[in-house]
Amino acid sequence: MAVKKGPAKSLEAFDQKFTNDQIPELSKATFHELACIAESVYDNIENAQIPAVSISSRTKNNIVFDETLGVWKYGKDQMQRSAKSLDGAYMLLRTMHTVDFIKQMMATKKSSTLREMYYISEGWGLGKFHDQQDSDKLVEDLEIITKKMREDFKLRPEENGASVIGNVTIEEQTRDGKSRTINCRDDVGDSGYGIPYNVEKEKIKFKEADADFVIGVECGGMFDRLSENRFDEKNRAVLVHLKGQPARCTRRFVKRMNEEMKLPVVIFTDGDPWSYRIFASVAYGAIKTAHISEYLATPGAQFIGISPSDIINYELPSDKLNDQDIKALKEELLDPRFNSEFWKGEINLQLQLGKKAEQQSLAKYGLDYVTDKYLPEKLAEMRILKR
Amino acid sequence: MKPIAEELAKKQREISVAEFFEKNKHILGFDSTTRAILTAVKEAVDNSLDACEEANVMPEVLVEITQTDKKGVYTLKIEDNGPGIVKQQISNVFGRLLYGSRFHAIRQSRGQQGIGISAAVLYSQLTTGKPTRIISKIAEDRPAHVCNLMINTRQNMPEVVSEDITHWEKPHGTSVEMQMIGKYLRDSKQSPYEFLKNTAIVNPHARIVFKEPDGTVTTFERVAESMPKPCTDILPHPHGVEIGTVMKMLSHTSARKLGAFLQTSFCRISQRTSDEICQKAGLDSNLKPEDMGIEQISALVNAFKEVKLMAPPTDCLSPIGEILLKRALKRNSGTEIEFAASVTRAPSVYSGNPFIVEVAVAYCPSLPKDQTITIMRFANRVPLLFQQGACALTHGIEGVDWRRYGLDQRGGKGIPSGPVMMLVHVASTKVPFTSESKEAVADIPEIEQDIALALQECGRALNRHMHKNVRIAKLREKETIIKQLLPLIAQKSAHVLNRPVPSIEPVIAKIMNSILVDSRVEYIDGNRKTHKVFVDLINYTKTGHEFNLYAVVPEEAKLAEGSGATAGANGKLSWKVKMEPDERKSVIFELSGLEKDDYTEADIYFDGIESHIIDGIDPWKEEEKEEVYETVDKSESVADEISEAESGLACKANKEE
Repeated sequence: MAVKKGPAKSLEAFDQKFTNDQIPELSKATFHELACIAESVYDNIENAQIPAVSISSRTKNNIVFDETLGVWKYGKDQMQRSAKSLDGAYMLLRTMHTVDFIKQMMATKKSSTLREMYYISEGWGLGKFHDQQDSDKLVEDLEIITKKMREDFKLRPEENGASVIGNVTIEEQTRDGKSRTINCRDDVGDSGYGIPYNVEKEKIKFKEADADFVIGVECGGMFDRLSENRFDEKNRAVLVHLKGQPARCTRRFVKRMNEEMKLPVVIFTDGDPWSYRIFASVAYGAIKTAHISEYLATPGAQFIGISPSDIINYELPSDKLNDQDIKALKEELLDPRFNSEFWKGEINLQLQLGKKAEQQSLAKYGLDYVTDKYLPEKLAEMRILKR
Repeated sequence: MKPIAEELAKKQREISVAEFFEKNKHILGFDSTTRAILTAVKEAVDNSLDACEEANVMPEVLVEITQTDKKGVYTLKIEDNGPGIVKQQISNVFGRLLYGSRFHAIRQSRGQQGIGISAAVLYSQLTTGKPTRIISKIAEDRPAHVCNLMINTRQNMPEVVSEDITHWEKPHGTSVEMQMIGKYLRDSKQSPYEFLKNTAIVNPHARIVFKEPDGTVTTFERVAESMPKPCTDILPHPHGVEIGTVMKMLSHTSARKLGAFLQTSFCRISQRTSDEICQKAGLDSNLKPEDMGIEQISALVNAFKEVKLMAPPTDCLSPIGEILLKRALKRNSGTEIEFAASVTRAPSVYSGNPFIVEVAVAYCPSLPKDQTITIMRFANRVPLLFQQGACALTHGIEGVDWRRYGLDQRGGKGIPSGPVMMLVHVASTKVPFTSESKEAVADIPEIEQDIALALQECGRALNRHMHKNVRIAKLREKETIIKQLLPLIAQKSAHVLNRPVPSIEPVIAKIMNSILVDSRVEYIDGNRKTHKVFVDLINYTKTGHEFNLYAVVPEEAKLAEGSGATAGANGKLSWKVKMEPDERKSVIFELSGLEKDDYTEADIYFDGIESHIIDGIDPWKEEEKEEVYETVDKSESVADEISEAESGLACKANKEE
């Protein structure tokens, strides 16, 4: 989106000093972590050192499997953001501005969306962000350094999570301060229960679930198909729409259902390399958020399809892989998260086939085929449904 | 039954020039309507420039193209200030194919066969039915002749439609005006505009004014103050002739004996070599030229190849020159040029024909970085606009590994990419074109090697320039860090912590940790042509340092008093510099005698100190030797032969003295 105007005057007025006393008790621990970053930069300058901040390197070469947590986390590789280079100096200036901005929000008990922060940075002179991706990334960097979550920084994403349909009862703290009990099948319309951006315990409690498993579905069309065919009722399933690469809260919601309600999780996506990454981010942890994988990933989640073998076994209509698809598949062969017999076999098979298929290609055999035949068969194979 | 030959004889008759023309349009350059206009302009302008040079007149050429009332018909007018043409010859020059003064001479010239301008006259006549109008004036006190003529296509003879005398304000000159069916395009690589622009670049002594059909007037100003060195005729060199040529020469010679014929009709044949040739050919040197049969001639030509001969004289060639080439490129290329390097090679020889290669390489920041470079090709000061891919001048560029000189090039072969223009010019008494249409130069190893060597030299200069740009960009980045970002980082971190703002000076010293050298050139005096060069030095380190600072300045420049420099060979100036911690100083010097654009950036180097302490300039390095160009197999032996012959003759010359 284009950035239109220069900073409003009111922004400058907002930019005033707050003492640590003005920061509420709840936020103090978080602010202390942030202040440590500013302090190390300050001390560097005072001690005639070139200011620099170290941070875990965020690439697929630096993620390692954490045996105790069962998820993928960042490894030991660190990268330096130093004022010696132009990019490093800009990054440090932006970090100082962002820390200051968070401090102001804490002192005034406000919060903002990531996008709002991006626009507020318009008033930061040379420290402004040129792209929201840069500001989002910086917030993630701060999460990694401070071991806190962005919600602790009073920052939230603008998008909510996706929809849920199934016989699960939750208790939500709504904005009026009351708690409301909601059954995600009987108390909601056809679009299901909308997952809010905050799904932590103070906001949502799971009360009861009368279901056998959770099924995460990549695209809206298939989610609606399962709901229209009453797959949830017939097979005692909880349907979760992933909306492509799932938001943090969707992943967290799924993880909590898995842990607290003891529901097994299966993921149903298209049969292409990008969809395998959706599964990986749910089951193993995403590379971008590996610092909080233990909050977001569901280690027991299983991939149901569409797999490259399905393309052959079910004779699905398919498209040719394009150059990007092939590149992505080859990258996945080098991704430690896919380093298993199953994925190596499937990815190599797909490269051999040169084909990919969508979830909805199952409609070749009729609208009910996916719910009557394909899913029950696959679920039985996984021993989640008993035939 | 009649013999078949008699039947065939009925069909055998003379072919008229019109038919010849029709069949050979592509060779003559009239195969399309867009090309016809370009070719006609080209032929007329080539003639004008050749004529001016012969008469030692600085050329002023006017080219005017106008649209007539009839759609698709244009009027072309090309006017020059050359010597003019005497009345009796006007009709022959313009109205007869294969009529000219240069066909029999061996020299560097634009036109050769005498086919060009009359082909344009013929095309005009065939497409519009109108005569061509020529005005010519040969001296101040003579009237100008006007002649409207057509070509009798049956007899290949001119037909004067009308003749008159008129007043013309020019002291002398020629004007040609013709109409033709054509298509005028401007934005094409093969347009009259492109041709004239390129012509102006390689003819810096010419001033060309171009009026286009839409009324746009472009003036390509001359950048040279004098005429180029005149080209002279030379006799053919025995290594460059074929049997047919020798036969023709034998029938025209006035020499009575073979020995005399050899010594007077060829260059580089002395009494001694003449005898040696006759002996090798098994011929008597007293043989009468007119008595020689085909086998004897053939033996003679073979003997030429067996005898070591001195290379032909090369002073007959007239190169453009490095400075003029750069100046013309900057002035008339129509593209902003940040930096240009040029090289004029020493004359060289292929198969008995002398040639000179000249190249220029220019860095043009406004050209796209990811597309292939712009190539300009020239032969004997004439732009070559067609068949780029089939031309030795292009192959010379393609054969260089440009990745070594900082340009992108897939696999180190082919046309490189980058915001760069390359110009290649070959001047020769006989440019080896691939075909009669004279669009591309044939792959002659000697020529390609010279092109590659010249390009490599320019490539090194280009690389130095681009490297300098990268260094300057890095310097500017550091400046942004220390002057803008670091103060803000200090302020903001203090703000968050509610502490006083810390001093950043020590950190600045750490980041810079070097002696920074920055230079700029200012043109301060147009009358005395003076450039002033400032070299600013800042010592950010905590210690004192001493080192040598060098500037390499053009050898034509004169250093003004008071620079404090020691002047060395090849324009190398040096200073001993001593800097205390935190000291700032400037080294300033003035140069005179250069045009404004001839000197825009200073070449500054250092030595006598560890190189990481100095930032912003490169350490001094002696110029690398010429790399060996690898295509030489048989050409090498030829080159050896020639140099041997040359040294042999030098010895002989010494003895004679």
